[in-house]
Amino acid sequence: MGKPNDLVQGTLDLLILKTVSLEPKHGWAIAKRIEQISGEVLQVQQGSLYPALHRLEQRGWIKAKWKESETGRKAKFYWLTATGRAQLEKEAENWNRLSAAINLVVEGT
Amino acid sequence: MAWARRMWMRVQTLLHGRENARRLNDEIAFHLEQQIAENVARGMSQERARRAAFLTFGNPELVKEETQATWGWLRVEQTWRDFRNGTRSLWRTPRFAAVAVFVMALGIGATTAMFTVVRSVLLEPLPFKEPARLLRLYEYFDERFKFNASAAGVFAEWKKQNTHFSDLAIFSYQTSYNLSEGSGQLPERVRGSECSWNLFETLGVQPALGRVFTADDDRPSASGTVLLSWGLWKRRFGSARSIVGQTMRLDAKPYTVVGVMPAWFAYPEQNAQLWTPIYHQEHAEGMQALDSHDFASIGRLKPGAIEAEAGAELSVITKRLHDQHKDDPFVSKGAATRPLLEDVVGNVKTPLYVLFAATSCFLFIASLNVASLLVAREATRRKELAIRAALGGGKWRLLREHLMESLALSIAGGIAGLLMAYVALQWFVTTRQEMNRVDAIHIDGWVMAFVGGLVFLCAGFAGAASALSMNGDQILPALQEASRWHSAGQERVRMRKWLLSVEVALTAVLLIGAGLLLKSYRELRTVDLGCVTENVLKMSLSLPEAAYKESARRVNFYEALLERVRALPAAAFTRMVPGEGYGGDSGFAIAEHPPLPEGKYNLGIVRWVDPGYFAAMGIPIVAGQLFDPNQRLNKADQVMVSEALVRQYFPGENPLGKHLLTIGRRPFRVVGVVGDTRYLASQEARPILYFPLFVSIYGGVPNSGTLAIRSDRDVTALALPVQRVIQELDPELPVSDVLTMDQVVGKSAVDTSFDATLLLTFAVLSLVLAAAGLFGVLSYVTTQRTTELGVRMALGAQRTEVLRLMLSDGLRPAGAGLTLGLLGGLAATRLIRDLLYGVSPLDAGVYATVIVLLSLVAGAACFLPAWRASRMDPVRALRNE
Repeated sequence: MGKPNDLVQGTLDLLILKTVSLEPKHGWAIAKRIEQISGEVLQVQQGSLYPALHRLEQRGWIKAKWKESETGRKAKFYWLTATGRAQLEKEAENWNRLSAAINLVVEGT
Repeated sequence: MAWARRMWMRVQTLLHGRENARRLNDEIAFHLEQQIAENVARGMSQERARRAAFLTFGNPELVKEETQATWGWLRVEQTWRDFRNGTRSLWRTPRFAAVAVFVMALGIGATTAMFTVVRSVLLEPLPFKEPARLLRLYEYFDERFKFNASAAGVFAEWKKQNTHFSDLAIFSYQTSYNLSEGSGQLPERVRGSECSWNLFETLGVQPALGRVFTADDDRPSASGTVLLSWGLWKRRFGSARSIVGQTMRLDAKPYTVVGVMPAWFAYPEQNAQLWTPIYHQEHAEGMQALDSHDFASIGRLKPGAIEAEAGAELSVITKRLHDQHKDDPFVSKGAATRPLLEDVVGNVKTPLYVLFAATSCFLFIASLNVASLLVAREATRRKELAIRAALGGGKWRLLREHLMESLALSIAGGIAGLLMAYVALQWFVTTRQEMNRVDAIHIDGWVMAFVGGLVFLCAGFAGAASALSMNGDQILPALQEASRWHSAGQERVRMRKWLLSVEVALTAVLLIGAGLLLKSYRELRTVDLGCVTENVLKMSLSLPEAAYKESARRVNFYEALLERVRALPAAAFTRMVPGEGYGGDSGFAIAEHPPLPEGKYNLGIVRWVDPGYFAAMGIPIVAGQLFDPNQRLNKADQVMVSEALVRQYFPGENPLGKHLLTIGRRPFRVVGVVGDTRYLASQEARPILYFPLFVSIYGGVPNSGTLAIRSDRDVTALALPVQRVIQELDPELPVSDVLTMDQVVGKSAVDTSFDATLLLTFAVLSLVLAAAGLFGVLSYVTTQRTTELGVRMALGAQRTEVLRLMLSDGLRPAGAGLTLGLLGGLAATRLIRDLLYGVSPLDAGVYATVIVLLSLVAGAACFLPAWRASRMDPVRALRNE
């Protein structure tokens, strides 16, 4: 069982940060949300989601709390911290620059 | 701020490890439930929904592990778990663990002890102010022997003319004083140093009590002052603070105590007990002489000054003096410098480094053995490990467990080793009390760090060596090895054999070094001094100038002493007995020879003896006769010489009747030639001039010397009666260095004996380890090849053949190691060439002994398992499956 290679690690971080920036969500919901928003293009390897979540939590970019979920069962909800928001802006900007640059190259020829 | 929060998170994770793990379980379980619920909603059956959920999610255990890996402390935690696993598996095999820990502890302990000594003695800066700027200064005649003593007159010119030093100080080595004071304690002879008043300032040392000398103390006209060492103050004066300002008697003259030096201060010698101002002590003319090289000098460089330039300047000053005094061949031609530290510990440098190298070799062998033990154990656990690997245990994880196991062994070994090192150092310090800086030896943070480093090094080495032979990739072959038709783990065995070769090689090197040193020691002990050494006792005494100023009084004392002592079997008085040291020398000319060209001179050691000396010491008279008994004071005109002097200065000539001109060109007629004696056991015989005891030469009848007593029974019984005789003659006169001649000789061999003993200890321990290693490997190979051997024997192989097969299997790595070791020995003995006496570094006997010894030990270690293999029952061996 190898590491996911369909999503670059840094990209997954960006997606998670963006997803939880609107409202607190639990892991499964985050995965679903990413898939929905991307029109099912981005399939999050569910296995790699949790290491990423915990890594972001360790860095202090997201926070977590156990709350009752919509089904009434307790789940771990994540939301963005202040530093996480700053990080999100930075990474989004990076991403924009990068994708714009790639676009230029791809379309410019 | 960010890092603080991160730290907090990590601490939280660490504190709630189990709780967090449970929560992670919940989190993942929740995720899966959600997925299953969604799948069911899509219309799958419960069972299929479940399987599909797991498929999308992957292996939950692995996800957990990967997630936990993001928790900051996880690595530490895992390591700790592996460490605990390692120690637990060691607990299960206590005998193995005990042996491994003991071997490790011996290696680490010995290496740590030697590291501590090397660091404290050789590497740590001297405890003086800015020690890097302190230089020892020397004169020389010949570029090849650069480190001669200084003449006070030359020193005075250096001091006056130099521009590179902020301070220069001069002092004497090995000065002895008769110490007595009115407190009713026995007089004693103590070692000390005469030094210029600024010695302490130059070194940058403050007294513990009172003050150091001032320029006013350091003049011929000043009244006597003395500084005490901490040890003397404590021992003889009961650490009384009131000592400062009190008066004590040195050589029958009063001296006022001005201060006490701190306990750590020991300069210029380890056993210096007091200091007196040199210009007050010495005759003024002696302190101006350009040609009496009696003193030592040091200098402190000015900030920014360069040693080479400073030395060159002193050299120029010296050369100028030399050129101005062409008629005196004893004025040096140049000057040299050396960092003070090098001067203080230069003579122990090689032996200490050699011992350090030896202990390091031993440690290497020890960790090889531990590696070997681990590999052997691995073999029995191989299947367990393979199963674990098959069940998904990461390779890295397994390797880590290996490392942790050897780390646990090494840590235990390190702790035990540190204790051993502590004990060993205590022993070292008490055995080598006369070694310079011996009291600087201490275990400090660096030593602790060194032990820590060693522990990790050994753990890494032993762990890696055993893991390398593990072949973790080959899970299947390991499992299949259950079928016996496969001679197992060739790789692993090869690895172990290779390790063994290295072990044997290092052992051979150690044995060769120890053998050479031991042989040197034997040579030194059996060296022929040129005189009788059995049942001869010597004691030194020194007549204080104050009470025995006139030569006549000295003569009276000696005559009275000899008369009384001669009632005993045989006694004589001399300046020094053979083996006791160089004493002093003198230049001389031969009246009947043409004058020597400028700058050339004849040199001989000077001894004063009473005529009974040669008979008492059993030194043969080769030609001529003894002095006339009436050789007294200024009327004395006879001299006797040693054969070496005749060989060197009267080649093919009869020396008898010739005249030697000494200082002041006073002629002495050669009346006799005596056999050679050595001034030190380790030095070849040099030319010696023997003057009658009562001759007035070089400033009068000598006031110090050695009484030699020879008996045909146990001579030590005479020590007390003779001392009583001396006490009766002069109750203030102490006697020192009461030794038999055997002890005198033993003293010069004590360092060699020490080095040889230590080196031999490590060599023997290494030999034991190497033998144990050989035995272990061959036993292992035998069990591994049981089936194969059974087949061979079933097919008709003779027992002797099997024996030979197995023997050669074990002896081949031993032979390779031995060859390697002999080559290594050839290279390594260059290091100890300076420590050898009377033995060539390529001594065939030593090499042959090492070859035979190692072969025998290796043979014995291999024979038992090989013999066992040859005796086994082939039927049972085959049924073994």
